[in-house]
Amino acid sequence: MSIEHLILRVVIKIMFAPILLFALYVQFHGDFGPGGGFQAGVIFAVAFILHALIMGLEETKRVLPVGALKILMVVGFLFYAGTGVATMLLGGNLLGYDAIDPASTHHAGQHWGILLVEFGVGMAVSSTMVMIFYQFAGREPEIRDEDW
Amino acid sequence: MSLAAQLPVLPIIIPLVAAPLTILMPTDKFGGRIACIWATLVSWAVFGACVAILYSVATVGPISYHLGDWAPPVGIEYRIDLANALVLTLVSGVAALVFPYSYVSIRSEINLRQISLFYAALLISMTGLLGVTITGDAFNVFVFLEISSLSSYALVAMGAKKDRRALTAAFNYLVMGTIGATFFVIGLGLLYQATGTLNMADLKIQLAGESNRMIEAGFAFVLVGMGLKAAMFPMHLWMPNAYAYAPSAVSAFIAATSTKVAVYVIIRFIYTVIGPDFPFIEAAFNYLLMPLAIAGMFFASIVAIFQDDVKRMLAYSSVGQIGYMLLGVSFATEQGLTASLVHLFNHGLIKGALFMAAGCVMLRVGSHSISAYAGLARRMPATAAAFIIAGLSLVGVPLTVGFISKWQLLAAAFDSGRAWAGFLVVASSLLSVIYVGRVIEVMILRPAPAGATAVKEAPLSMIIPMALLVAANIYFGLHTELTVDLAERAAHTLMGGGR
Repeated sequence: MSIEHLILRVVIKIMFAPILLFALYVQFHGDFGPGGGFQAGVIFAVAFILHALIMGLEETKRVLPVGALKILMVVGFLFYAGTGVATMLLGGNLLGYDAIDPASTHHAGQHWGILLVEFGVGMAVSSTMVMIFYQFAGREPEIRDEDW
Repeated sequence: MSLAAQLPVLPIIIPLVAAPLTILMPTDKFGGRIACIWATLVSWAVFGACVAILYSVATVGPISYHLGDWAPPVGIEYRIDLANALVLTLVSGVAALVFPYSYVSIRSEINLRQISLFYAALLISMTGLLGVTITGDAFNVFVFLEISSLSSYALVAMGAKKDRRALTAAFNYLVMGTIGATFFVIGLGLLYQATGTLNMADLKIQLAGESNRMIEAGFAFVLVGMGLKAAMFPMHLWMPNAYAYAPSAVSAFIAATSTKVAVYVIIRFIYTVIGPDFPFIEAAFNYLLMPLAIAGMFFASIVAIFQDDVKRMLAYSSVGQIGYMLLGVSFATEQGLTASLVHLFNHGLIKGALFMAAGCVMLRVGSHSISAYAGLARRMPATAAAFIIAGLSLVGVPLTVGFISKWQLLAAAFDSGRAWAGFLVVASSLLSVIYVGRVIEVMILRPAPAGATAVKEAPLSMIIPMALLVAANIYFGLHTELTVDLAERAAHTLMGGGR
C-alpha cells in the first residue's frame, strides 16, 4: 500500500504541535512584547490549514467541523465583548480594565483585562481564518457560464 | 453600574454582542423566525437607548464617554452632541422598523439557511453606522465605517437568490467602497501626521490657524473618500445597482441610513475637525461641493426619469437628494447647515418608506420593474397609498417632511444671497415631480395587465412598519419642533465650534 506525499504527511504531523505551541507563545507573550491575539490566531489557524492542504479538506473537517468553528468564532468574540460588559457591570466604563481589580496598586486589572481580550481575539481570529479557508477550498463552481 | 453613565455605549455594545449570538440561532427550525424576532427586540432596545440619548443631549447638553477609562485625546471618546444624536435616532429608528418589516419579505428573497447570518450582518451593519455617528475619534470613524460597509457588501450580495446581478452589484460596491475607505484613511493619515492626534476636538485645536498643503490634501482625501461613501455625484456609480438588487429590507435600511451617515461625517469633518474658518474650505465649498451638488441634483433626477426599474429610479433620486444636503452644507451658513441636517433626517424617512413600498410590491407581484406597478392602486391599495404619500413627500408637497426640508433649503439659499440656487432647487424638484408622477400614473391610471393573477395586499408585518414611516413623514411635516429646532441648535453648535 502506498500513501501519496508520504514525506509531506510525516513532516506535517511533526510540525503540527510545534506550530500550535508557537501560536500559544505569541498569544501569551502579547502582554510583554510584540505579539498578541491576532498574530497568534493566524499562526494557530495555519496549523489546521496546512493539515487541510496535505491531508485533504475532509480529514481536517473531521478534526475541526464547521459547526465547532462557528461556535468558536462566537465564543471568541463574546470573550472580548464580555470583558467589556463585565467591566461595565463592575462599575467602570466599557473595557475599563481597572474595574476588574480596583484595589490593586499596580493596575493588575489591566493585565487581566488585556489577557482575556487577547484570548478572545485569538480564538475568534483563528477560527475565522480556518472558516474562510474552508469556504474557499470547499466551494463548488456554482456560477455557470450561461448565468452571466 | 449606573445605566445613565453607560448610556452612550449601549447603542454600540447591545447589537455588537447580539450579532454573534444571532449566528448560533437555528435556521431550519421555524424558518429563521427566532433570529428575526431576536434581532427586532435588539433593534428596539437600541432605538430606546438612542431616544434616551437624544433626550439627554437635548435637555442637558453634549455627552462625553471615555472608552476603557482612558481620557481623550489619548483614549477613544464617544462624544454626542445634537447633530449626532439626531442621526443616531434616525438610524436606530429606521432599523427598529426594518427588522420587523423583514420578517416575511426576507424569507422569500434569500436562501433560508442564510437567515441567521443575514440578521447578524444587518445588526453589525447597524452597529457600524451607529458607531460612525457616535464616536468622537477620527480613526474610530474609519473602523466603524469598515464594519458597516463590509457587512453591507454581504447583505447586498444575498440578493443573488432572486437576481444574480446582485453579485456584480455587490462586487462593484465593494471595490468602490474600499477605494472610498482607503481615501478616507489616507486623509486621516495626513491629518495625523500634521497634528499627532486623532481625537476630533483635539484635531480642531491643533489645526486652528494652521494651513499647509498636507492639511489641505488630508482634507481633500477625507472629502473624496466620504463623498464616495455618500454617493456624491459623480461618485455614485456603485449605488443604483447595489440598491436595486439587494433584498428589499436591505435596500430600505441602507438607503435610509448609510449615505446619510456619510453626509453626517462630511459635515462633522468640515465643521468640527477642520473648522469653517480654514482658508481652504471656502474654495472647497464654492468650486467643488456646490457645483457637484447642483450637477447631481439635475443629472441624477434626469437619469431617474428614464429608469424602468423603480428601485433603480429611487436610487438615482437619492443621488439627487444627497445633492440637496451638500448644497445646504456648501452655503456655509447656519441656516444652510440646518437645512442640510433637516433634509438628512427627513430624506431617511422618505426613502425608507419608498423602498419599503417597493419591497411589498416585490413580495406580492415579484418584480420591481415599473410595469409591475400597473393598476397597483386597486390591487394593493395600502402599499400604493404609502408609495404615493412618500412620493409626494419626496417631491416636497406641503404637509409632508419633504416640504419642510425644501423650505429650509430655499430660505437658506435666499438668505445667503444665492437666489439662483433657490431657483435651481425648485427646478430640480420639478424633475422629481416627473419621475414620481410616472410611477403614480402607472399605479392609478394604468389597468393591471390582462391575465395577471390576483395578488393579496402585503402582510401586516410589512404594512405596519411602512405605515409608521409614512406617518412619520406627515407627523414631522406638521410638527417641526423636533426636527427643525434640534437641527437649528445642532447647526448652531457646529458653526460655533462649541462641541
